[in-house]
Amino acid sequence: MKKFMVQFQRENLKNTMVDNAMYLILLSILVMVSIAKPLFLSSNNLTNILMNSSIRIIIALGVSGALITRGTDLSAGRIVGVGAVIGGTLLQRPDYAAKFFPQLGDMPVVGILLLAVLITGFIGLVNGLVISYLHVPPFIATLGMQSILYGLSLIYTKSQPIGGLKDSYTYLATGRALNVPILILIAVVMIAIMWFLLNMTKFGKYIYAIGGNESAAEVAGVNLKWTKIRVYILAGLFYGLAGFLLAAKSGGATANYGIGYELEAIAACTIGGVSTAGGVGKIQGIVSGVLVFEMLKTSLQFLRVPSDLQYVAIGTVIVIAVAIDIRKYLAKK
Amino acid sequence: MQHLDIILAMNHISKSFPGVKALDDVSFHVRRGTVHALMGENGAGKSTLMKCLFGIYSLDEGEILFDGKPVHFHNPEDALKAGISMIHQELQPIPYRDINENLWVGRYPTKKILGLFSIIDHKTMTKRSEELLKRVSLNLDPSTLLKELSVSQIQSIEIAKAISYEAKIIIMDEPTSSLTQAEVSHLFEIIHALKNLGVSIIYISHKMEEILKISDEVTIMRDGKYIGTWLSRELTMEKIIRNMVGRELVNLYPPKNNVPSTVSFEVKDLTSTNPKSFKNVSFSVRKGEILGIGGLVGAQRTELVEGIFGLRSVAHGEILLHGKKISIHQPRDAVKHGIALVTEDRRGNGIFGVLSVRDNVAVASLDDFVEFHLILNNKKLNQLAEANIKKLSIKTPSTKTKIQSLSGGNQQKVIISRWLAVDPDIFILDEPTRGIDVGAKYEIYSIMLDLAKQGKTIIMISSEMSELLGVSDRIIVMCEGRLSGILDRGDADQEKIMALATAYM
Repeated sequence: MKKFMVQFQRENLKNTMVDNAMYLILLSILVMVSIAKPLFLSSNNLTNILMNSSIRIIIALGVSGALITRGTDLSAGRIVGVGAVIGGTLLQRPDYAAKFFPQLGDMPVVGILLLAVLITGFIGLVNGLVISYLHVPPFIATLGMQSILYGLSLIYTKSQPIGGLKDSYTYLATGRALNVPILILIAVVMIAIMWFLLNMTKFGKYIYAIGGNESAAEVAGVNLKWTKIRVYILAGLFYGLAGFLLAAKSGGATANYGIGYELEAIAACTIGGVSTAGGVGKIQGIVSGVLVFEMLKTSLQFLRVPSDLQYVAIGTVIVIAVAIDIRKYLAKK
Repeated sequence: MQHLDIILAMNHISKSFPGVKALDDVSFHVRRGTVHALMGENGAGKSTLMKCLFGIYSLDEGEILFDGKPVHFHNPEDALKAGISMIHQELQPIPYRDINENLWVGRYPTKKILGLFSIIDHKTMTKRSEELLKRVSLNLDPSTLLKELSVSQIQSIEIAKAISYEAKIIIMDEPTSSLTQAEVSHLFEIIHALKNLGVSIIYISHKMEEILKISDEVTIMRDGKYIGTWLSRELTMEKIIRNMVGRELVNLYPPKNNVPSTVSFEVKDLTSTNPKSFKNVSFSVRKGEILGIGGLVGAQRTELVEGIFGLRSVAHGEILLHGKKISIHQPRDAVKHGIALVTEDRRGNGIFGVLSVRDNVAVASLDDFVEFHLILNNKKLNQLAEANIKKLSIKTPSTKTKIQSLSGGNQQKVIISRWLAVDPDIFILDEPTRGIDVGAKYEIYSIMLDLAKQGKTIIMISSEMSELLGVSDRIIVMCEGRLSGILDRGDADQEKIMALATAYM
């Protein structure tokens, strides 16, 4: 009997470990790197990781809706780029010599933010319409959109880098409120909004329902088209904000901003337990997925791993992390 | 019982999962060249036992002797190679590949070219396929794509595949669940031929008439325990039921005490856009009435109700609700008009497998739980789920349990709860008791009768004659997409239904 109990406890421990694999990985990276490089734990560095993660989290939250409905969004990174170049071109210092629009006066930051998300929200609407009404698979629809937007961004910026952003704009990324970086506060607010939408609204339940079984959702009277369209509009809004902040953070923008971010966001969601088979995914998973990703990147820099080798390490960790995490969804024998 | 006769002996098998003893000292012996039916309610442990046989689950205790020798299969492939095949209830064909490839995938006959490279030997493959097709009396070209075949033909292909592995035991799980009467006879002929070759069949089914007809022996399980093995000829339906449910089930159907009143729902001249589907169908149903729809598989009954519900397009015809014409273009419209559909394909378009019982119950009635135009009251959603679990006695560990881990009967009750929460006037149930055990069937009939007594209108498609006759007030019968007749409860019997079901063939 005693032996049985020990075995039972072992079994339980194993299950608990598998169920929380992501957090254990997060913790072990943290422990290992801080033993090797104690400076890793400095509040400066940790804040830095959180700030880097903030924008990535907003993008990952955006793409998560598409993933949970069994869709995907390959245009995420390009929509981020659109948000960045809109912010960059319209919010330069009035006295900056190489102004993109020389005639343009001093524009309000909030006004331009609204314009940027209006445009990126509209791009999301187009994605949603193409997916819902033309029945183009999300992979292809957003792949096409990605290329279209890259071209348009290049045309719009005349392939020129944009700099000289005004201080009230860059303050969004450098400033603090309540002694917390504004960037982190914005991410927290977006996390809260997405959590609310997924867990406390009809829209959220329908997202899970469509991902869980689209045919059953249709029979149950769920408006498939409108729900999907809203998923992609919402995603567009999130990417637009992320791009707007990305330009503020780096003090400039080019049409290349955000390239490859969609894949990192999708990878982070998957690491965080969003199932590509649809219907499964939690906010805490998405957030910790991004944190694991960013922490890994910073750790590798801290450990002075050559940058070429970092790609190899990151790819390996993605696959291993998902392989461990997916075990909790596999039927237990 | 001669020992040599026994091809498969599973002795004293026990298997536990966290919290449940799924198999408790079960023994199961199959004799060479016989059909052995394995019966029990859902959750009795039949499929766990089969999974133990196949090495999908490991045994906690017990031994398996196959052809007299102890065996330990680690996966289904081991079992297949040893000569044990399984024909699943849900067939898994590769639809856009031909019969050849479906039969030989993974072990194509090959030949060497230039003495070096192995390539697929298409000529030999086709020849062997033709031989196999003959064995299962299928007159088909091996280059036919699987998507062109009927369910019955695909099943025969699976059996042919089992034969090609020289299977000594073939397990058939609910093999007749989507076959027509003629196809069932065809299957039985194949089974007899296999028996004559010395192949044993383990036949899992809920259909008692069938089992009494085809099997030589019957083993009954209940709650993970072995109840007994009998010769079929010594058994009666009553005896089987008594052993399966462990108590006397006096009636298969609850007493009919619903009183139909005025006409609530009418369909006039409804015709599909697909010329092969339903055409010119007209009928009416009353409040408090249960209308059965009978017919053979392929009679387009599912298509008809899906047409009514807005899942399929309709060329012309009218639908009248309480005397008023309504238009339904998509399921949402039907739901808004107070029409509910419990679909035939529970996994395909009924349940949300990865979602909780609560969300499965609530998904269609979320509008009623929105506060301040936005926020869902999750507490009330929990209460809704809990109330339904209690009312319909749904067996689930909690409201948070994923529905996919419940038994078929309990899943069906969850789906019925989903519609009860919407409180529709018209309930359409398509094969509501398919794959559900006897006890749960009775409960579902009771729910239907209760709804009728409340003045709801019930339309039920069923392929089980006794169910149609036991539950319906009137029965309409379809054949080849057309309505072939309407029978009142009083003068309906199996022969009349059968005659109408084949009226236009």
